[in-house]
Amino acid sequence: MNGKHVKTILLVEDNAGDVRLTQEAFRDAHQCVDLRVASDGMEAIAFLKRQGKYTNSPRPDLILLDLNLPKLGGHEVLAFIKNDLGLKMIPTVVLSCSDAEADIVKSYQLQANCYLTKPGLLDAFETLMKSMSDFWLTRAELPRQRQSA
Amino acid sequence: MTPAFPTNLLLVEDSPGDVRLTQEAFRDANQAIRLHVAWDGAEAMAFLNRRGANINAPRPDLILLDLNLPKMDGREVLAQIKEDDNLKMIPTVILTTSEAEADIDRSYRLQANCYLNKPVELEAFEALVRSINDFWLTKVKLPQQRPLG
Repeated sequence: MNGKHVKTILLVEDNAGDVRLTQEAFRDAHQCVDLRVASDGMEAIAFLKRQGKYTNSPRPDLILLDLNLPKLGGHEVLAFIKNDLGLKMIPTVVLSCSDAEADIVKSYQLQANCYLTKPGLLDAFETLMKSMSDFWLTRAELPRQRQSA
Repeated sequence: MTPAFPTNLLLVEDSPGDVRLTQEAFRDANQAIRLHVAWDGAEAMAFLNRRGANINAPRPDLILLDLNLPKMDGREVLAQIKEDDNLKMIPTVILTTSEAEADIDRSYRLQANCYLNKPVELEAFEALVRSINDFWLTKVKLPQQRPLG
């Protein structure tokens, strides 16, 4: 099973409502996680590269990435992560409103670890977040390398 | 919910016991799955590249890959899949008894989509197969079967 430290999750999401729902879903699933939020693509990269106010940011164990983001889009952030030797091993879950095949294919080509479509209905969103966190935080082995980049 | 088309899984596994257990667990979990088995790494690559007897092999929707394999190691199979522009978008889940940090980190660095530890106990193994079915084959959006190029 996984290591005992509290998992750090970076949520890259510009919609405040979705951020709140994600926080609540983790809390309701009794998952003890350190959830950090970046509200646009540039902020996500600053966090991951520990730039500016993020000098001491922890390395996330998992990244949840929305595709439609201001400043720098989710596909660009994904490409950045997966082309960076220090970051590419962090599992990156795309969580998007888009059901478009082009978005799904492009995400997998860029080596997203998996692609989830955000359901419109609240109950379905909660179910999906519970299933996602159960799978990634309790079933999957996450990379152990704590410091890099 | 019965999909119109079967979901094709490629299981790359050399242990007959594990193959049998995986087949039975998926049969119990999801009738729509067609599980194809490659018994070593070379056979897996022949299946994926439709070589020899595999000329009509379907493109798998998901690959379950053991690491310790005869002929061609699972690490090498993973590297070849993820370096191939045609194959890299097929989600590849490592399913292995190895809990070694080096294997986990290396697999993620090679862009494995997920790393799962194969439990020794039968009930835990069956639960893991159910969770693969519930998450990867039910919640996750997989890229559609459309051969590229």
